[in-house]
Amino acid sequence: MFKNIGQILVLFWQTMLSLPQLWRQRRKVYDQLAYIGLASLIMVCILSFFIGGVLALQIGPELVKRGISSVLGGLIGISLCKELSPVLIAILVAGRVGSAIAAEIGSMQVYEEIDALRTMNISPVRYLVLPRMVAIAVSVPILVLFSIPVGCFGAAMVCNFNPKIAVGFAGFFENLRDVVEPGDVCNGLFKSFIFALAIGIISCQQGLITRGGPRGIGRSVTKAVVNSIVLILILDYFLTRLLFFLPK
Amino acid sequence: MTTLPQSKSVRVEVRDLRKSFNGADVLKSISFKVGPGERFVIMGPSGSGKSVLLRLIIGLLAPDSGEILIEGQPSRNAAVHSKYRTAMVFQSAALLTSLSVGENVGLYLAEHQLKTPAEIDAIVARTLETVGLKDLQDRSPSELSGGMQKRVAIARALVVEPQLVLFDEPTSELDPLMAVTIGEEILKLNERTGATSIIVTHDRELAFATGHHIAMIHDGRILFMGTPEEVQHNPDPTIQKFITAELAPPKPR
Repeated sequence: MFKNIGQILVLFWQTMLSLPQLWRQRRKVYDQLAYIGLASLIMVCILSFFIGGVLALQIGPELVKRGISSVLGGLIGISLCKELSPVLIAILVAGRVGSAIAAEIGSMQVYEEIDALRTMNISPVRYLVLPRMVAIAVSVPILVLFSIPVGCFGAAMVCNFNPKIAVGFAGFFENLRDVVEPGDVCNGLFKSFIFALAIGIISCQQGLITRGGPRGIGRSVTKAVVNSIVLILILDYFLTRLLFFLPK
Repeated sequence: MTTLPQSKSVRVEVRDLRKSFNGADVLKSISFKVGPGERFVIMGPSGSGKSVLLRLIIGLLAPDSGEILIEGQPSRNAAVHSKYRTAMVFQSAALLTSLSVGENVGLYLAEHQLKTPAEIDAIVARTLETVGLKDLQDRSPSELSGGMQKRVAIARALVVEPQLVLFDEPTSELDPLMAVTIGEEILKLNERTGATSIIVTHDRELAFATGHHIAMIHDGRILFMGTPEEVQHNPDPTIQKFITAELAPPKPR
C-alpha cells in the first residue's frame, strides 16, 4: 500500500513538472475533454435528476409532517451543492472514466506501447498522463455545475407533483435562492476538482504499473475504481472539515 | 522548430553485465563491443536472455551490475538517449493502436516538434513507400498483417534517423517470404543511415545474412563471438547443435 502511495505521489509530482508542456498536448486534452466531459454529460444529467427526485421523495413527507416543508428547496439545494453532486458525480466518473483510463494505459503497458514511447524519448507522463489529468480536472467540476441545477429541478418536480409534499415550484426555488449562496456552489466545485485529481492520478498510476496480460489489465481496472472511490469518500470527510473553517 | 542533427553512428560497449529477476540469473557477465555502423547479431535459443540484453542497452531496464556505454557514456544516463538518437523495433512491433499508421511513423517528429505538420506528412509518405507500404497512412495498425506491422515499426525507426537501432526478433512469427523482406529492410536501413544495428534473433538465416559479427548467447553467457563464418565453423557442440538443428520426420511406414 505504501509503495502505491509513493508511486502516486511521484507520478503526481512528475505530472506537475510537465505542466509547462501542456500547450503541446492541447489536441489530446481536447480529445479527452470530449470523451470525459461531453460523453458523460447525459449520464450525469439523468443521475442528478433522479438523485434530486429521490432526495425530495425521502425528506419531503417528513418535513411536511413537521410543518416545515417551506425549507425543502434550501435543504435539497445545500445537500446537492456541498455533498451529493460532487461525491456522486465523482463516483460515476471513477467508474466510467477511471476504469477506461486504467484499461487503456494498462493495455499500452502490457503490449509494449509505453516502452516504444520511451525508446523514442517521449515521456509517458507528458504524452499520456498530463492530457488525461488536465481533462478530468476541468470536466468534473463542469459536470457538477450541470448536475446541481438538474438535481434541483428533479427535486422541484417531485415536490410539485407529489400530493404528499405539494410544494410548488415558486416556493421551492424561492427558498433555494434564500439559502444557497455562491460560496456553497464553489465549495462543491472545489471538492469535485480534488476528487477529479484523485481519480485521474490513481487510474493513470494503476495503468502504468500493469503487469501480465488481460488478467493484469482487469486487476488494474478494478483497483483503479475501488481505490478511487475509497479515496473520494476519505477525502470528502477531510475536505468537509477543512471547508467548515473557510469563510463563505 | 529544431532540426535533426547530422547522423553519425555510435559505438556500443557492454562490460560485465549481470541481470537477474526474482533471484534467477538471466544474464551472467556479458561483455562485447559493437563498432560504429556495424551490424551485430545476438543469436541464441529462446529464454537465453537476448531480449533482456536489448532492453538493458536501450535503457528500459537497469542492470544489477556492469556497464553499457554508448560512445563511452553510460546508457542508464537518460541524457545519452537524448544526445544520441536510438530506436528499437520490438518483437511485437509495439505500434500505438490508438493512432493511425501515419501518426505512428511521424510520432517522433511530431512529439519533438522537429518538423512542420506538412513536412511530417511528406516524410511519412516517403518512408512508408521505402518500406513498401505506400498509401497506408490512414489505416489503423490493427488492419495490417504481422509483417506489415513490423515494416511500419521499421519505418518508425527510420524516421528517427537513428544512430543506434535495436531489433528484437524481427522475423519471429513471419512466413519465410516476409522474413526475407524484413531482413532486406534491415540491410537497407543500415546502408541508408549507416546506423549501428544490434539484432537479436534465433533465426539462423537472418543472423548469417545480416551480421558483420555474431555473438552466440546461451544460458545468460556469451559462448562465442565472431564473424558468421567463424560461428558456422566453430566446433562447440552447443553452437553446432543450434545452427544445424533440423526437424527429421520419421520415415513413413
